[in-house]
Amino acid sequence: MGIQELTYLLQGLLWTLFLTVIGFVGGILFGIVVAVLRVSPSPWLRIPMICWIGVFQGTPLLMQLFVAYFGLPLLGFNFPAWAAVSVALTAHASAFLGEIWRGAIQAVPSGQSEAANALGLPGWSRMVDVVMPQAFKLSLPATVGFLVQLLKGTSLAAIVGFIELTRAGTIVSNQIYKPLLVFGVVGALYCAMCWPLSLWGRRLEQRMAAGAAK
Amino acid sequence: MREIDVTRTHDSASRAFPKEAAPMIEMRQVEKFYGPFHALKGIDFSVTKGEKIVLCGPSGSGKSTLIRCINHLEPIASGEIVVAGHRLSDSQDAVDAVRREVGMVFQQFNLFPHKTVLENCILAPMRVRKLSRAEAEETARKYLERVRIGDQAAKYPAQLSGGQQQRVAIARALCMEPKAMLFDEPTSALDPEMVKEVLDTMVSLARDGMTMICVTHEMGFARQVADRVIFMADGEIVEENAPDAFFSNPRHERSRAFLGEILAHH
Repeated sequence: MGIQELTYLLQGLLWTLFLTVIGFVGGILFGIVVAVLRVSPSPWLRIPMICWIGVFQGTPLLMQLFVAYFGLPLLGFNFPAWAAVSVALTAHASAFLGEIWRGAIQAVPSGQSEAANALGLPGWSRMVDVVMPQAFKLSLPATVGFLVQLLKGTSLAAIVGFIELTRAGTIVSNQIYKPLLVFGVVGALYCAMCWPLSLWGRRLEQRMAAGAAK
Repeated sequence: MREIDVTRTHDSASRAFPKEAAPMIEMRQVEKFYGPFHALKGIDFSVTKGEKIVLCGPSGSGKSTLIRCINHLEPIASGEIVVAGHRLSDSQDAVDAVRREVGMVFQQFNLFPHKTVLENCILAPMRVRKLSRAEAEETARKYLERVRIGDQAAKYPAQLSGGQQQRVAIARALCMEPKAMLFDEPTSALDPEMVKEVLDTMVSLARDGMTMICVTHEMGFARQVADRVIFMADGEIVEENAPDAFFSNPRHERSRAFLGEILAHH
């Protein structure tokens, strides 16, 4: 495998990173909205979010990518492939992160909300100052775990013709007939991205545990 | 018990008391249900400014529910609650108005674990009373000194003992300069050697003229500071009496049985 093939793989890797960042940033922004609406006392806000989460957790990411890529143009949206994939990944991540954070918000002891209410704190302050920082800490292992899943999940974007890392690996492998070597390198590259992410998550967890020392 | 600084709020409270007994908290025909369970049955009672009430009774008698209704942590099914002139309803404005007037201390402290002692104390004054950070810190330090825990301001709750945490919780409530304080079994979760420091703090608060309702089984505290003891059972107020009379000569059969049980080990 020469420098040319390796460069091709690294281009694929950049796309993988790009899709991951988009999916994660979008997922975080919309995930917060999903989580907050999901715990709302109003059924008009809560029930749509339950459906949203149910749809994206109940169907394969592959199918979601198909629908975004082939379905959105039918509705009159003409997105380039990367945008369609980004929409699908963002929606997918918002549902999963929303559900992770919903669980974390509800895992914060009810005494915390009661204390906030008894002090007369307004609802937004109760969420932002009291509940969410504690929920964030509780959700950290699951959130980082999902980030790693999402990064690997971007490989499915290959199915709509997207040349990210895995797809680039397939193409190179077909050219030089050394699948073991090529996919070994591809695997090592995925590992090089996911491993530090997991380490970073663990570090963050430890630091936050030390912050509110027991 | 050492004398402590008398704050503005408490000063005016003690001047007004006991001249004319203005009702600080009033409950009329309050009913409360949890599903089919009838938790409060036609509760009628009122607390005048500066009065200290001890609320006791067997577990499940509704005493915690009663004080949690006063600041709307629990909504009521029917009846009327008026706190410092504000009539409680389900509207957020009414709830906010009442919560500005009463502080609450919980059995499990419920300090915010991700915030330092000082941050716990300044959050509500900044968010609700719109004080600047400097003003809020000044108030917080005053009340932390008052509960004799000023030197722990930079620590996190988990670094403190249970008794210290509960005193911080009292200071946090006082930082809102409430007109009345509700205590929901404030010493029940504490190790025995820490009960006294919390009770001492409550006694000194009582001496300064704070209006207080305490759900507690600390009968020594009741004798020392209570103006009235209210005994509840099965969601009803069974007996209301001066502490000496309540302890030496309870009128009701259920009060006698209850006192027999809790005093057996004292």
